[in-house]
Amino acid sequence: MEMLIFAVAAIVALASAVMVIAVKNPVGGVLFLIMSIAAQTVLYIMLSGIFVAAFMILVYAGAIMVLFLFVIMMLNLRHADLGPDSLRRVKPLAWVFGSVLLAELVWVSMAASMPASGIDETFGSVPAVSRLLYGKFVYPFELTSVLLLAAIIGAVVMARKGS
Amino acid sequence: MADLTYIILIILKVIVVFLAVLTGCAYATWLERKLLGHLQNRMGPTYVGPFGLFQPIADGIKLIFKEDVVPTQAEKVFLTVAPMIAFIPGFLTFAVIPIGHPINLFGHEIPLTVSDLNIGILFILATTSLGVYGVALAGWSSGSKYSLLGGVRSSAQMISYEVAYGLSLVPILMIAGTLSLNEMVAQQSTILHWFVFRNPVAFVIYWICAVAETNRAPFDLPEAESELVAGYHTEYSSLRFSMFMIGEYANMLSVSAVAATVFCGGWNGPFWPGPLWLIAKVIVFMMIYIWIRATFPRLRYDQLMDLGWKVLFPLALANVIVTGIILYLV
Repeated sequence: MEMLIFAVAAIVALASAVMVIAVKNPVGGVLFLIMSIAAQTVLYIMLSGIFVAAFMILVYAGAIMVLFLFVIMMLNLRHADLGPDSLRRVKPLAWVFGSVLLAELVWVSMAASMPASGIDETFGSVPAVSRLLYGKFVYPFELTSVLLLAAIIGAVVMARKGS
Repeated sequence: MADLTYIILIILKVIVVFLAVLTGCAYATWLERKLLGHLQNRMGPTYVGPFGLFQPIADGIKLIFKEDVVPTQAEKVFLTVAPMIAFIPGFLTFAVIPIGHPINLFGHEIPLTVSDLNIGILFILATTSLGVYGVALAGWSSGSKYSLLGGVRSSAQMISYEVAYGLSLVPILMIAGTLSLNEMVAQQSTILHWFVFRNPVAFVIYWICAVAETNRAPFDLPEAESELVAGYHTEYSSLRFSMFMIGEYANMLSVSAVAATVFCGGWNGPFWPGPLWLIAKVIVFMMIYIWIRATFPRLRYDQLMDLGWKVLFPLALANVIVTGIILYLV
């Protein structure tokens, strides 16, 4: 049963991730990305990381992807606007970075121990995650918030320039 | 064997809750038309059945037999998918709403909630955040300017109000010390313990944001009929249109149920069994919805954004900080 759910979720996640770059319509790409996120959420739930899973949906699917969709809708991109040649120049670069990423992924998964060890029952629960966030990793966590704040202020400044 | 009964039980619960919410949606339209009628010195529906009670059924049958119009400029796949996406989130929320005491049936203890998730509140926030897709996609895929404007408006509006919506619930989480809805209901055993009295500001912010999140008057800019014909569902007809309507009413029911559960004691109450109390509270909140619709004129778009970002968001943030300080001191 568990294996079946894992297989379905993993295949959906990978297939829709491929579809994101394969479909011509940008809105379709956004929807497939959401589907991929949803499938990853299932994987998180199976790892008992239900808190992380909820935030995947809440933040990625519910907020960030809405902004993607919003921007695409505002630009009103249709098939004709994105010719097949528009990305030709960056293609070699894409191959290079893609292979580097793949190599990294293989390297990391070779080094990882399977099945994952040292996970106790409270892993992924709200107290466990918050203890990590506000205890061990409090400085990186707070620094990230400063970084995000800088990005927000930057965006506001850029938006004001025109007026 | 135990596994099988467990799965059958879950499926049964899902079917019961789904049908209950669907019926609730149908009769929410009846309640709205009736109450709105009386608020405006009219009778509302009277012809179909006693008190017009069969009006939702007649409406449903009428909608099914309408022609399903697909505009030539439309993106057909997305046009079909959008109502389905709009339909789902409102129903999903009810998966974590506790509706009563656990009951004993054939020696099994059966909790009266589809899933007793220990992060129920987060689940609700997550499903609510998905509501925007149906509306935005419908607006975009219709190939009509009115629809597109409605869709763009709604996505901006729903993102803006979602922030304050989420933040308004945080003080309650801090007071309750849990994310589980069942435990929250258990903590509000009598009316004196209702969280609405322990943090009224949170409730007011929650309710305003909930009305805005569900695109209801006075925040119904995505479908402002005086400017946008019907907004995002201008090009929809027949069953697809009715799916939007059912989705909207399911959303209203779900935020009402969340308001009842988080702020007003959930299924707790004297004399009546739990589910009845929850239904009664949801009906009260639905009536407030309709009352608000009958009372306030629609906001202008910039007023809407100002209210969301410059009033509700700072207020919700201040509420979190003040609650934190008080909880630390006490």
